[in-house]
Amino acid sequence: MTKGAKNRNVVNPLPKAPTGIQGLDEITDGGLPRGRPTLVCGSAGCGKTLLAMEFLVRGATQHKEPGVFMAFEETARELAQNVRSLGFDVDDLIKRKKLVIDFVRVERSEIEETGDYDLEGLFVRLGHAIDSIGAKRVVLDTIETLFSGLTNEGILRAELRRLFRWLKDKGVTAIITGERGDGQLTRHGLEEYVSDCVILLDNRVIDQVSTRRLRIVKYRGTTHGTNEYPFLIDEDGISVLPITSLGFEHDASKERISSGVPRLDTMLGGKGYFRGSSVLVTGTAGTGKTSMASHFARAACIRGEKCLYFAFEESPGQIIRNMRSIGVDLEPWRKKGLLEFRAMRSTLYGLETHLTTFHKLVQEFQPRVVIFDPIDSLVQAGTVRDATAMLTRLIDFLKIHHVTALMTNLIPGGQTLENSGVDISSLVDTWLLLRDVELSGERNRALYILKSRGMAHSNQIREFLLTDRGIDLQDVYLGAEGVLTGSARQAQEAREKSTAVARREEIESKERDRKRKREALEARIAALRKEFDAEEGEAQRLINQEQMRDEALRRERERMAAKRKADLKADAAISRKNRRVRK
Amino acid sequence: MTKPAKPVEPQSAADGESAEEMWALRLYIAGQTPKSIAAFANLKKICETHLPGRYKIEVVDLLKQPQLAAGDQIVAIPTLVRKLPEPLRRIVGDLSNTERTLVGLQLRPAKDVSATEQD
Repeated sequence: MTKGAKNRNVVNPLPKAPTGIQGLDEITDGGLPRGRPTLVCGSAGCGKTLLAMEFLVRGATQHKEPGVFMAFEETARELAQNVRSLGFDVDDLIKRKKLVIDFVRVERSEIEETGDYDLEGLFVRLGHAIDSIGAKRVVLDTIETLFSGLTNEGILRAELRRLFRWLKDKGVTAIITGERGDGQLTRHGLEEYVSDCVILLDNRVIDQVSTRRLRIVKYRGTTHGTNEYPFLIDEDGISVLPITSLGFEHDASKERISSGVPRLDTMLGGKGYFRGSSVLVTGTAGTGKTSMASHFARAACIRGEKCLYFAFEESPGQIIRNMRSIGVDLEPWRKKGLLEFRAMRSTLYGLETHLTTFHKLVQEFQPRVVIFDPIDSLVQAGTVRDATAMLTRLIDFLKIHHVTALMTNLIPGGQTLENSGVDISSLVDTWLLLRDVELSGERNRALYILKSRGMAHSNQIREFLLTDRGIDLQDVYLGAEGVLTGSARQAQEAREKSTAVARREEIESKERDRKRKREALEARIAALRKEFDAEEGEAQRLINQEQMRDEALRRERERMAAKRKADLKADAAISRKNRRVRK
Repeated sequence: MTKPAKPVEPQSAADGESAEEMWALRLYIAGQTPKSIAAFANLKKICETHLPGRYKIEVVDLLKQPQLAAGDQIVAIPTLVRKLPEPLRRIVGDLSNTERTLVGLQLRPAKDVSATEQD
């Protein structure tokens, strides 16, 4: 069988054997090369044996591929004990004929070499073990031990070459582990024989923090992730983080969620943050970053969503107590199981371990909202560059899972405010800046939205007040006197109010004055009219008197005429004529 | 089988003639390869020379009985295992170097080298 040589030119992708190890199958694009040996190398204590064992256990339990573990360093018993802490029941697998552990002891003090030999014994043992359970997977851990037990290196090398060829012919997927050597991948140059796939494990200590990393040095005939990926060994085995291999494929949600501060929601286009976006809250010390975070957490809980709160500087108890003082009681939500606190010192693990922990917790707890308070302390667990890289991956991961993240970040005093400290400002969707405004002997908090992608957000600075009923945002005074906050704002407002009052009073008084004048005028008009009326009345009276006198005169004349028996009619007509003329 | 307690002491102390116990030797081979045949022939010669009538050679062909390989921790072929007298010794190779074989079997102290044997 010359499988390896043939497959390379075939259009079909290289057949692969899934390892079942979280993340590793993603970066290897499906697993290890099926039917070929893979070299896993690394220095002592970096997890080679564990990776190999997990490969077998997962193969036996998940992929129906029994396996043979040929141990050169530990006995079957020791191995079983060592991996029991990872939840692998090796004894049970052995009982069910899913796994064979063969301990090969090569002790130089017990062996005398005389003349020519080969390693057929090893082949026989391995072949027997494979055939006894129909194994598809084989682990040789660490075959280099042979070099310390047997002296004839020429024979050993020839036999190892034959062994790897033989493994390929057997069609088993094999992992061969090797100790890291100086200047080469393995101490005895095993990479020379195993050339299909080489995985390098590393456990590096930087600034007293150790991080396990995994890198695929080569993998013939397939694409694979080329970076160094952090991995974690915990109670569930190995998990590798292939975050950076992921592209920007997450779809953006149009849903909006409240920030927990109504006024801030108004500033954010009236609706709050986008679901699945990342929010950065930066500010100098004591500007209310944690308060902002806890408002957001509470808002999520009120909506009935789960919230995961990572605290790196305060204990959950302390946060709950402090937030109660501004009227945000988180305890009931915590009791209800909607709010979960995870407090840890950032220096407790390396960044990668942190990242893996975040991943695991997010996947376990399934929160819709995650809070990191504060992220700058993560820098303490590594360098700024590492922290940035890690946060990039974290944000990507959270976005893919549509988890809204709020990160707080402390800006040390004396720095530019538009500096996120960990250089992730370009990654976040919404950036709130909290700052102190020092004015006339007092410090006041101010908030503004530095950016918020995809929404028409306010460009105004708001005064940020922490009241016993939570966060309150107030308009700052903007005017001829500049931007004023705090008591200066209040004083200015009062001043403005009093001027306004004065102006209003003046207007009112003018109004009154006018009214009074009008009244005076009208009074005068009335008086004149009265006078006129009086005069008119007088004139009428005079006319009336005159008429009455005429009448009386006429009657007197008529009476006189009657007395004198004069011609009444002619006289009366004259008198009537006279009257008409005078009128 | 004889009790192991007694023979151990005189065996390692003297040149092997003083103790009269049996030697149990087991030769592991994998098929009739030239190396296996050579090893058996060399072993036979050494035993006849140094342990006349006091030895027993058991040949195990791992191609026929592969399950026996793990028990004696066989890696290389051919391997000679001295089961008795104790302690257990393993000699790897075709036994062509008689001197080393004798040292390995503790039939002769390493310093007492005889020039008559072949290299």
